[in-house]
Amino acid sequence: MSDPLPTSGSLRRRLTLQLVGSAAVLATLLFFVVLGFARDVAQQTHDSILLASATSIMDSVSVQADAVTVDLPYAALSMLGNVSDDRVFYSVSMRGQLLTGYDDLPISGQMLRSGQSAFDTLSYKGDGIRMVTLSRRLSLNGAPADILITVAQTREGQAAQLAQLSRSALQLGLGFFLVATILAFWTAQSSIRPLNQLTAAVSRRGPKDLRPVRRPVPSEMIPLVLSLNQFIARLRVSLTRSEDFIAEAAHRVRTPLATVRAQAEITLLRVEKPENRASLREMIRAIDESSRAAGQLLDHAMVTFRIDTLERKAIDLTELAKELVDRLQPIAELKDIDLRFTGSRCPTITGDAILVQNATRNILDNAIKYSPSDSAIQVSTRQTTSEIVIQVEDQAGGFGGMDTEVLTHRFTRGDNAVGTVGSGLGLTIAREVVEAHGGTLLIETNKSGTGACVSLCFPLA
Amino acid sequence: MRISLLSIGLIAALSTLLTLLKPAAAFEVEEHHRFGTGEARTLRILSTTDIALLTPMILTFLQDHPGVAIDYTSASSAELMTAVMQEQHPFDLALSSAMDLQIKLANDGYTQAHRSKAVDLIPVWGNWRNHVFAFSQEPASIVVSPSAFAELEIPQSRQQLISLLRKHPDRFRGRIGTYDVSSSGLGYLFATQDARTSESYWRLMEIMGSLRAKLFCCSSDMIEAVARGEIAVAYNVLGSYARARKDLGDRILIIEPEDYTNMMLRTAVILTTAQQPDLAGDFIDHLLDAAWNSPIVVEYPFHRYPTTGSARNVPFRPIQLGPGLLVFLDHLKRKRFLSEWHSTVQQN
Repeated sequence: MSDPLPTSGSLRRRLTLQLVGSAAVLATLLFFVVLGFARDVAQQTHDSILLASATSIMDSVSVQADAVTVDLPYAALSMLGNVSDDRVFYSVSMRGQLLTGYDDLPISGQMLRSGQSAFDTLSYKGDGIRMVTLSRRLSLNGAPADILITVAQTREGQAAQLAQLSRSALQLGLGFFLVATILAFWTAQSSIRPLNQLTAAVSRRGPKDLRPVRRPVPSEMIPLVLSLNQFIARLRVSLTRSEDFIAEAAHRVRTPLATVRAQAEITLLRVEKPENRASLREMIRAIDESSRAAGQLLDHAMVTFRIDTLERKAIDLTELAKELVDRLQPIAELKDIDLRFTGSRCPTITGDAILVQNATRNILDNAIKYSPSDSAIQVSTRQTTSEIVIQVEDQAGGFGGMDTEVLTHRFTRGDNAVGTVGSGLGLTIAREVVEAHGGTLLIETNKSGTGACVSLCFPLA
Repeated sequence: MRISLLSIGLIAALSTLLTLLKPAAAFEVEEHHRFGTGEARTLRILSTTDIALLTPMILTFLQDHPGVAIDYTSASSAELMTAVMQEQHPFDLALSSAMDLQIKLANDGYTQAHRSKAVDLIPVWGNWRNHVFAFSQEPASIVVSPSAFAELEIPQSRQQLISLLRKHPDRFRGRIGTYDVSSSGLGYLFATQDARTSESYWRLMEIMGSLRAKLFCCSSDMIEAVARGEIAVAYNVLGSYARARKDLGDRILIIEPEDYTNMMLRTAVILTTAQQPDLAGDFIDHLLDAAWNSPIVVEYPFHRYPTTGSARNVPFRPIQLGPGLLVFLDHLKRKRFLSEWHSTVQQN
């Protein structure tokens, strides 16, 4: 396992945090805007009632018998009592002289012309008050007389109302924040989803799958996918090149080796000194080993190539196994090995017949190679509920408890392979072929413990 | 400085009231009594209610509060205002039937707030700002002498009274009575509320004036005059006082007018000068509990009227506590109202 990559934070977390942060800012803004608005509306409502009160008092001002008189309407003060339980003060004055009401009520600092009104927030009798002052000019004995009416109310009711409004605004802000936060998590999750899906699709790929990524992705991810595809293409080219090189090299080595082997055998017939003959035999054995390795490298290159563009045709595994057993019968007989085939008719599978044959042959080659003389190799085909299995059972002593997974790695050879010609590519080829067909390669020790039992399991079509 | 300025202002505002008062520095006390032997704490009550009426309530309060004494002073509502606003006597509690003046005290900052469980029992219309607390409902009734009506049907509303008086002017001439609104605060309150509520009030006053109505200073005088047979009808009599006169038997008949019956609310306020505000609060709670809580307390001296639906179905109309009551305290308003009233009622 490689070291974990250094991370520069999480996209999703950053997105979530930014969205939640914006929501918090907006919620705060909303709170203050709503509060300010509500405060203005509450103030305006209160002011308009104060003004209505002052106006109704003004309407009751009249000139009677050359004197200005005020008939304070009941509603003028009771309407203020209906709004809140606040204390109420008023005054009516003419030319600066109090006609009636509270004479110590503060005077509005604003200059008023007739018909104008002004609002003030002041302090009176130890409490904050909101006050309206209304002015009107009357004619008294032909001379102008300025009437000033002041109505004031303490602000406890307004304060209570504002507290209520603040609570509502706060609830609104919090509600907004809550909803926005939930949406932020959802948004972050769904924004990151295509990336996760691409990651999953790429990670799901088999080790040999070097096809370019073709799934649709959001436009922002296209450059990334394009770069990835270019990278994959480069990798494939370089891989192909090296496989080609190996195949070419193996091919070039194998042909001269055949010549060398033929010459060595001729020479063996000619020399008589026992030590020279021994050296020559050793030479031939080494040539055989090299030749077989080159052959398997070629096989492997061929397998790799064919797996990339897997052919899908119906294959009769029983027929295939039977033919192979017939073909290898002469080699087995040379070693006095009893090679037998048993198998019933099985349904066909789809796949590349050449590959499957190659894989089976490699297993069978191994079995023959490692089996001692006068032993038996049993090849069989059978059908299970979901698979068709080609099984090769030998009496070559098995793999001696070695990890069967490790055995299928390239160039790994069993403990008992010492002294036998081999490259260690046989099981690798078999496994790659079986897995390319969606199946599994099982390597077990047979029931009697005398040898190995290798099963190539192909799924039913 | 502020207080003295304020007082000067209020003197101006209440100038008509003040003409009724003696120029002397001390307000006029009607009765004074000290209950309880406690020395530790003394609750000083200034009230317009007769001592006898509240004595049972005071005694039960003292039972629950050992070591407490109650100093009870009764005075007229105008004297009560003088004592509180001008003379700054250190009373703890003011109990008054003059709703408008109690509102004036609260509005002008002479009272302090009080909150308790008992306060929550009061109907909404009986509590202003948690400063003014109503502890009774007392109707403005018509008291009649049944013997004077003989074969006539006894009127149940103002309209019926008006038509009866119109039909039989001779029988009732000089035999009807009502408050002299310029000398009685309660009479003025009832009259202004009547004038505000219904046009029929002025028609009634008009006809009463034409029949040379007698004017009285107080409810008790009117009740006795009816009982003696001196007058046949007394208009706007405090129903609670009439009810209390069980001794008069069937010589008087109390009518609560069907068209509407104004309900005077007797109210309590804790003054800012209070030295025992907690004790004053306890006493208010004691009154409120008797007035609004169930079961009915025998010591409670007032009749308990229903508190719900009074505004709609039942003709009982509690006079609304609130700044509206300040309107009729306005000296110009009062002058105008009195002159109109006098010109209507005293036609000669």
